[in-house]
Amino acid sequence: MFDDGPRPLVQVQDLRMYFPIFSGIFRRHTGDVKAVDGISFDIVEGETLGLVGESGCGKSTVGRALLRLYNITSGRVIIDGEDVASLGPEALRKKRPTMQMVFQDPQASLNPRMTLARIIGEPLNEHTDWSTARKLDRIYELMDAVGLNRRFANRYPHEFSGGQRQRIGIARALALNPKFIVCDEPIAALDVSIQAQVVNLLEDLQEKLGLTYLFISHDLSMVRHIADRVAVMYLGRIAELSPRDPLYAKPLHPYAEALLSAVNEPDPVRAANRRRIILTGDVPSPANPPKGCNFCTRCPKVFDRCRTEKPELREVETGRFVACHLFDDKPQAAGSTGASEANERNQQGVTQ
Amino acid sequence: MPDRAASVLDVRGLKTVFRTRGGEVHAVNSVSFHLEKGELLGVVGESGSGKSVTMMSLIGLLPSPPADVRAGEVLLDGRDILKIPPQELRRVRGARIGFVFQDPMTSLNPVFTLGDQIMEPLIEHMGMTKAQAASRAVELLELVGIPDARRRLKSYPHQFSGGMRQRVMIAIALACDPDVLIADEPTTALDVTIQAQILELVKSLRQKLGMAIIWITHDLGVIAGIADRVMVMYGGHIVEQAPVRELFANPQHPYTRALLKTIPAISGPREGRLEVIEGQPPILMAAPEACPFRARCEYRHDRCDRENPARRASTA
Repeated sequence: MFDDGPRPLVQVQDLRMYFPIFSGIFRRHTGDVKAVDGISFDIVEGETLGLVGESGCGKSTVGRALLRLYNITSGRVIIDGEDVASLGPEALRKKRPTMQMVFQDPQASLNPRMTLARIIGEPLNEHTDWSTARKLDRIYELMDAVGLNRRFANRYPHEFSGGQRQRIGIARALALNPKFIVCDEPIAALDVSIQAQVVNLLEDLQEKLGLTYLFISHDLSMVRHIADRVAVMYLGRIAELSPRDPLYAKPLHPYAEALLSAVNEPDPVRAANRRRIILTGDVPSPANPPKGCNFCTRCPKVFDRCRTEKPELREVETGRFVACHLFDDKPQAAGSTGASEANERNQQGVTQ
Repeated sequence: MPDRAASVLDVRGLKTVFRTRGGEVHAVNSVSFHLEKGELLGVVGESGSGKSVTMMSLIGLLPSPPADVRAGEVLLDGRDILKIPPQELRRVRGARIGFVFQDPMTSLNPVFTLGDQIMEPLIEHMGMTKAQAASRAVELLELVGIPDARRRLKSYPHQFSGGMRQRVMIAIALACDPDVLIADEPTTALDVTIQAQILELVKSLRQKLGMAIIWITHDLGVIAGIADRVMVMYGGHIVEQAPVRELFANPQHPYTRALLKTIPAISGPREGRLEVIEGQPPILMAAPEACPFRARCEYRHDRCDRENPARRASTA
């Protein structure tokens, strides 16, 4: 625990988030949308964990559940030593400054009736008892940090472009000196030339302030740029969790492989020579996931066992975790699931 | 001047202006290009660069007012479709030129079955009977890879996923066997694995049907994989036009060069830091008299402020 390698700032253990379905005239509880169905991972201090997957795979739900924007169904989310999932209301309010979020749509996440200074200063009103002058100083400091001109302090969000609005969102997230920021598709709504500006800003801030990011995105090439480790999600579960370079060089899980092969290479020569794995069909509904492995309905390498037994996420190479029966030929593959789970928790991302 | 003998579509000096309360916005400025038979022309640019407006103004899809196509001619097989009366233009749209829109969620009518929507252009343009149209609709759905097509004709759009709906949109656009298919960001709203399916579909359809396609996108990765020739737009201008390999290997315009550098690669060495284009794209509130890219260009000099560079063939 003491000075033996990097410390996990965020530990997620068997997180589940089910949204109930009510139907019939009595609005009876008839099922659940299993948006997140038992995932575990750690994020080390100062690290960026990329979370990728297609729409509907539950990646945004993970981000929001981590910050307790939802009350989770079960599991533990330990951020900086405290289990966020079980904190009482007042304790949670005190905890909020350490964890913040940058939202996807900068248009929708800024109040159009508030000036820029009020938007950035709002967390300060809520969590500090500073004087107005001190708050204004801090607001200016934040605006400098994210590259907004101080003259803009009294303008409204509609006067800014998408990239600048995203900077406002980032300044607001930074206001209380958080340790951990969830970036939920922060660049998805921006143009290519603006995306690079925002990503560079996030990287600079990380270096300067020692921030830890969970970077949620569907843009695999941008995740390759910014993340240290990457978790690939499919239908509410993690398919593969690996350090960035080995994952992009040789993805192990068939879904990760297909996903990476589907990315369009911005180079016509390389694009012509690439072998794409075209998955057939669509993602099944998370309200009614397939029996066995989630991916068995579309997997090109499916075999009988996949349709009956859910694969557990286990370490197959140093630091690489895969949930797939193809990698099960290790000694004592089946058997004590409890032991393999404990193993998994200890080793994820932590070099001990 | 390229040889335009084989052109299906020839656009010359197209200008579109939007009248707004704040003044006129010059969205398309003297855009000229041509499309050859069987070719796939990629159009790239950031939002607001005028790529969609160009394509919509050339088939008269923009509401006027506020839009106003000020000048230019659009020759479809030698006939200027900007000057023909609205009724005749209706016969061109859908029959000769098919259009696939970006958002498959909102461009299908939710209260009609898919069968009705695919059969509509067939009955309207080809004069088919309902029974003929229905069997053609089944063929079309099979062509775009929708299984169990005959039963699916009775389904409503909400019963389909995004990728399936985009397939249906493509089927509708292809219904009358058009000469030109204009696809406006057809894969942007889709997930990567579904996007890959649609791209494969379009590649195979091109081989089978051989129509010319204009493919609008902001994703250079998509363009690299699919286009024959690329047109880069910025601030309502075409800033560069080149065959796809040439454009990626040897970009000429400073904007194209900068744009290609800002996107991180999925393979090869990883950059330490992304290159950026500082500043914002312009909003053109007046007719352009200088280069639209000058404010963000690293090679800016006096002449850039004085005149708008003419489009000329470069021999690099």
